[in-house]
Amino acid sequence: MGAFQSAPGEHEFQDLADKTGFSLEQIGNLQNRFKQLSHNEDTLRREDFNTIPDLACNPIRAQIVEAFFDKRNYRQGDAGTVREIGFEEFVTVMSHFRPPELNMTDERREAFRREKLRFLFNMHDTDNDGTITLEEYRHVVEELLSRCGTMEKEAKAISDSAMLEVASINMGHMEPDEFYAGITFEHFLQILKDLEIESTMHVRFANAAPMTCRK
Amino acid sequence: MTCPVLTRVIGGIRGCIRCRWSFWLLLFIFLFPLILGETSAQGDHNLQTGTDGTSINSNHTKRSFPVLHLRYKYVQLPFEISLWILLASLMKLGFHLLPGLSSVVPESCLLIVVGLLVGGLIKVGGDKPPMLDSELFFLCLLPPIILDAGYFLPIRPFTENIGTILMFAVVGTLWNVFFIGGMLYGLAQLDASRLGGLDLLACLIFSSIVSAVDPVAVLAVFEEIKINELLHVLVFGESLLNDAVTVVLYHLFEEYVGMTSVSALDVFLAVICFLVVSLGGVLVGTTYGILAALTSRFTATLRVIEPLFVFVYSYMAYLSAEVFNLSGIMSLIACGVVMRPYVEANISHKSFITIKYFLKMWSSVSETLIFIFLGVSTVVGPHSWNLTFVTISVVLCLISRVLGVIGLTYIINKFRVVKLTATDQFILAFGGLRGAIAFSLGYLLKQEHFPMKNMFLTSIIVIIFFTVFVQGITIRPLVDLLAVKRKQESKQSINEEIHTQVMGNLLAGIDSVCGCYGHHHWKYKLCRFNKRYVKRCLIVEERSREPQLLAFYNKMELRQAIEMMETGGETKQLPAVPSTESLQSPASEQTGVPQISRELEAEIRRIVRGNLKKTGQKLYPYRRPTLVGNPFEDDFQDQLREKQRAKVGRRMSAFLTDQDFPSRTIARISVVPQAHSSRPTIPATQKD
Repeated sequence: MGAFQSAPGEHEFQDLADKTGFSLEQIGNLQNRFKQLSHNEDTLRREDFNTIPDLACNPIRAQIVEAFFDKRNYRQGDAGTVREIGFEEFVTVMSHFRPPELNMTDERREAFRREKLRFLFNMHDTDNDGTITLEEYRHVVEELLSRCGTMEKEAKAISDSAMLEVASINMGHMEPDEFYAGITFEHFLQILKDLEIESTMHVRFANAAPMTCRK
Repeated sequence: MTCPVLTRVIGGIRGCIRCRWSFWLLLFIFLFPLILGETSAQGDHNLQTGTDGTSINSNHTKRSFPVLHLRYKYVQLPFEISLWILLASLMKLGFHLLPGLSSVVPESCLLIVVGLLVGGLIKVGGDKPPMLDSELFFLCLLPPIILDAGYFLPIRPFTENIGTILMFAVVGTLWNVFFIGGMLYGLAQLDASRLGGLDLLACLIFSSIVSAVDPVAVLAVFEEIKINELLHVLVFGESLLNDAVTVVLYHLFEEYVGMTSVSALDVFLAVICFLVVSLGGVLVGTTYGILAALTSRFTATLRVIEPLFVFVYSYMAYLSAEVFNLSGIMSLIACGVVMRPYVEANISHKSFITIKYFLKMWSSVSETLIFIFLGVSTVVGPHSWNLTFVTISVVLCLISRVLGVIGLTYIINKFRVVKLTATDQFILAFGGLRGAIAFSLGYLLKQEHFPMKNMFLTSIIVIIFFTVFVQGITIRPLVDLLAVKRKQESKQSINEEIHTQVMGNLLAGIDSVCGCYGHHHWKYKLCRFNKRYVKRCLIVEERSREPQLLAFYNKMELRQAIEMMETGGETKQLPAVPSTESLQSPASEQTGVPQISRELEAEIRRIVRGNLKKTGQKLYPYRRPTLVGNPFEDDFQDQLREKQRAKVGRRMSAFLTDQDFPSRTIARISVVPQAHSSRPTIPATQKD
């Protein structure tokens, strides 16, 4: 309704499909979901995500929602946040969670991996300075522990320990007065190289219309 | 007063003992009693009756008091069992002393060869060597191995691939059974094959014995080659879960001996039976697992018997399942899997180490004994060699395994997100090893129902030998040749744990945004249920609310502290770790931290140096772990904090005094939350 075309042509979807790698059925399903979440409007706002009950009890809820409104995830090289997003941005963010294809070349696999890790990095680096500082890391750990009451001391201890580990892996020997400013993207890649992100970070996008879809 | 001759003799003996061949001498010293023991059992019996006879007749005549009296019969059984176990362990040790051998040939092959030799020696000695008794095997030798596997089963990859594993275990085994059985029967019908006399039932029961992949053999071979986790869990999971199928089919065909036709009702009942056997086994195991977890909640005052509960409850789970003919293996696995997270949260560190080592020890001894006995039983026979049958069965086993894997992977890849490649399929097909379970099941066949039992046994043994020897030896170079991904050796770091949790939550969140019930959604819900209800009941009060990340962090700290103490403190040259002070970016320093004046800084330096001297005196002479503190003491946490306090002191001084203090190589452990309460607070570096 409104300015948004109620029945976008195949051409529109094909463009989107080529850009993001989804199939046409998957994009159709995502569009249904988009309409459901946005109450049939053309844009989604942050408040619309509050209507999802399962998301409410997720510890990193805030960061997930922010990720949708973060321009860095739209693959256009911009930075900053927006207040509302359209369907194209929605699908672009979702495309970070596609499963790997069967016969990927090594460099394609590596690019795929970097893309996903970039998404994770952007999620943690909230002030967009290219590094995850100690404060930001502490915030992440606090959120993870937030379900069990306030655990500030422990969160600090854990995040400090983790940060030290990153520093010792990447920087080796450091002078006592040298700063470790924060985790850059390259260091981030280094510490997570054993996790096989490309095969674990994916969500199963249904091809057929899902029978049991929740609100 | 040292006698030069004596010292020379002692020196010589010491030199001999250091020599490796002295080990083999030791081995043979124990080998002979074993052989003699078997043969002397008869002789001793005669001796006994002889003396009895004479004593009854001549109870009036005085005979001299026997100074040395042989009564071997009294200790025969435990003595022989101990001797066998000793032999098995010495053999295992011996293989590792021989350079190069263990890297080419898997241990299982060597042990079978040893069994053959020992069996041969006993036979030459004129006596009957002991057979691999099925009761002994199923009740004593198999449970430790399965419990070890189940308790340390990697849960995450197992549950992620459960669909694939079940497909291979159930559908794959069924395919094997009917393909091999059907083909054998078809070939038996041909007069040319000289296999006449095999009816369909006999073929089917033979194929049901021989189709199942054996967990013991898979463990023995795959443990040594260390392939990546996915393949390991697929082959191993399949070998564990196909027990239910094997049990049902074996009992089914045994029941139907003599019946000529099988009706649809029977088939339907068989399917129901399969569900009952597998789900019932899992249920029994889960019940015992919960009981064990509940019991461990109350053992805080009596830590010594904690491991005992784990072992006894698991064994009871196995036996209870066997009582009702349910799948004992699945029961044991379910018990171990259910029990583990709760028991580990409740028991002390010492008990955890004890359980780990006892399980590893028992399963290792069991495995060794199984392979040796397999070798010995081969020598014993009875054999009925039929070349056609044997070759056909070996060939059919291989073909059906390959076809089964290829076919099933084709279907499974449609549903899997991470597809199985051709290399994966090859390893899966290759990993279909048969072992002692097949032999024991064959041995249990009743001779009167199956007149060709001996032929079957011979064939089973040949198949086992073929898979273990040929496939076991060639798999290692093949894995290298095909460049299969190997297992990551490193332990999970705190960063990986943090990001794994972030990812889990992220994927569950995206799932809910997407709006469809996904794999992550159910995992998330299960975690929440576990946290809210189950953990409250089964874990000790104060630890039940501890989040997983924190528990992981504490465990990691403990492990690092123990490592540090075992290496004697400062001997390891780790890269100098920057203090946490350097982690704070300049911006955050200005936000809330007040500047310290020069005088205050000097005062701080003086105090810290003074304290360091004190702590230095306490710690440095006491390098050896025994004096610093036992990591396995239950009040270790307090000692850990003491050490961390000292570490913080050292680190602060390294920052503050620059070159005053040589940069200490401290282990990569972070700050301690506690402060020195009696000293003035140092705002910049202190954590409250």
